[in-house]
Amino acid sequence: MGMSKNRKIKVSTGYKIFNILNYTLLLLLVFVTVYPMYYIFIVSISNGTFVSRGDINFLPRGITFKAYETVFKNSDIWRSYLNTIIYTTVGTAINIVLSSLCAYPLSRKDFYGRSVFTFIVAFTMFMSGGMIPLYLVVLKLKLIDTIWAIVLPPAINTYNMIIMRTFFQGIPVSLQESAFLDGANDLQILWKIILPLSKPIMATMVLFYAVQHWNSFFSALIYLNSKSKYPVQILLRNIVIAGEFADQQTSIGNIETNFAVVATNYKYAVIIITVIPILMVYPFLQKHFAKGVMIGALKG
Amino acid sequence: MKIIQGSMPGKMREKSSSHFVRQIKKSKYLYLIFFIPLCYYIIFHYWPMYGVIIAFKDYNIVKGILGSPWVGFKHFEKFLADPYFWKLVRNTLLINIYGLFWSFPAPIVLALLLNELPDRGFKRFVQSVSYLPHFISTVVVCGMIVNFLASDGIVNQILMALGRERIQFLMRPEWFRTIYIASGIWQNVGWGSIVYLAALSGIDEELYEAATIDGANRWKQMIHITLPGIKPTISIMLIMNLGRLMNIGYEKIILLYNGSTYETADVISTYVYRRGLLGNDFSYATAVSLFQSVVGLILLYTSNKISNKLSETGLW
Repeated sequence: MGMSKNRKIKVSTGYKIFNILNYTLLLLLVFVTVYPMYYIFIVSISNGTFVSRGDINFLPRGITFKAYETVFKNSDIWRSYLNTIIYTTVGTAINIVLSSLCAYPLSRKDFYGRSVFTFIVAFTMFMSGGMIPLYLVVLKLKLIDTIWAIVLPPAINTYNMIIMRTFFQGIPVSLQESAFLDGANDLQILWKIILPLSKPIMATMVLFYAVQHWNSFFSALIYLNSKSKYPVQILLRNIVIAGEFADQQTSIGNIETNFAVVATNYKYAVIIITVIPILMVYPFLQKHFAKGVMIGALKG
Repeated sequence: MKIIQGSMPGKMREKSSSHFVRQIKKSKYLYLIFFIPLCYYIIFHYWPMYGVIIAFKDYNIVKGILGSPWVGFKHFEKFLADPYFWKLVRNTLLINIYGLFWSFPAPIVLALLLNELPDRGFKRFVQSVSYLPHFISTVVVCGMIVNFLASDGIVNQILMALGRERIQFLMRPEWFRTIYIASGIWQNVGWGSIVYLAALSGIDEELYEAATIDGANRWKQMIHITLPGIKPTISIMLIMNLGRLMNIGYEKIILLYNGSTYETADVISTYVYRRGLLGNDFSYATAVSLFQSVVGLILLYTSNKISNKLSETGLW
């Protein structure tokens, strides 16, 4: 940290050249990272005529929001968007409750059997039954085609839970001991002392878990059958990758060669509306996660 | 058990059992709290692990796990004799080995470049931007790939402008690995660099000061201080990657492959998905997947051992 500042170096020509090269490379990285998303955005608001001619490079042309209007007219998209919001909210709530319940006892040095339980939990990070046996369990529990198939199997992310446990361990034991002396039990301590002191880590965890749910697609693919329950990621796959009903949606209202909306900007508009929530929480995520990752990596 | 207890002096026995009970009693609320998470781990992790025994059975949904007949190693023998299985192993290994070659050094290089920046504001900016793709969903990333590489997509438009011919990238098996690995780097290079940046910030600054006094330039400092400083992190990450040579995320492949690219794109886990969940051949698919995990564990164990010998760092 700040080591480059403290290092006194003779500014040699070699160093200057290196610096220029370094800046160029990193700026290139920034460009390569941002441009695809920026491109998706400008195409989504451009007129279809320019889009199909491939005339869009750095600026939108013939700005129109017709693609978004077409997207918003699609009731399937609204429904799947709502489904995703429900899965994300319920799923994240379960994640937070279960992870805290798991992390707190494991953070207590006087929890009898702690090492055994820690082993039981950590073992699942290295071994798993795999896709098929888990599917059979979900089937057996009759969760197929319900929200529970989506939110219950990933209820605790062991890695996140360990980050949480490490945070709890950092809270001074003396606080808990004095509460004990005042007659509080472990449940009350968790609720009244640990959780209020853990707001930063909880915020990080909410963001982590919520993003995970928002982006999840595979469990919906294997556990859900009814179209009405699809999350937005499945719909996105059907529209953007399989090209389903993008064409029929966009053929409406086209006049000969003057397309306001073509399949491409329709698809890109769908991408933008699914990515926007992530972009909105990203600044907060960004602030928290580096810390979280590091706590886990160093002490986990 | 009885004999041992009987031979113990009565007093001591009483003392140790009451100690046990007292400990449990003391932790009773903690057990209460831990009960639900424990149920979760048993149901969604240990029950499936137990379910793996269907790899040695002819599983039938009606008969259930216990009721289905044992068949020993029938499924294993079947796939080991199947030439297509070896193609899957080859594809899995090749994607991972090429991936290791290109994707593994990328975050290290990025971390080193960021570390050499004199300007901390710019460093933070690059970091913030480079983490972003990690949070974009696989479906969106694949959607971008599919559309950018389509015959009328932006990549082909550029090729046309350069006077080249269009390429049907996603229909050509020889392009699949490149697309998969390059997009993987795009997604993860920034995120992957966090671990190395953390390791870099742990290097003692006095080392650099001493080296400067001794007249070492920045290049020499990097070779003799920075790289040795992050070597343990690099070897741990390498072991983990080697242990994962047989595993591969199926989500991205399922979204990107198609019949005409199976030649290079079909890997063990996608095959398990198709065979097991789309084909309902549960036992066979589980056997394939179990084989994969066992080989993976052996790889992890071996690479850890080698690393312990060579550099005295390892996962355990």
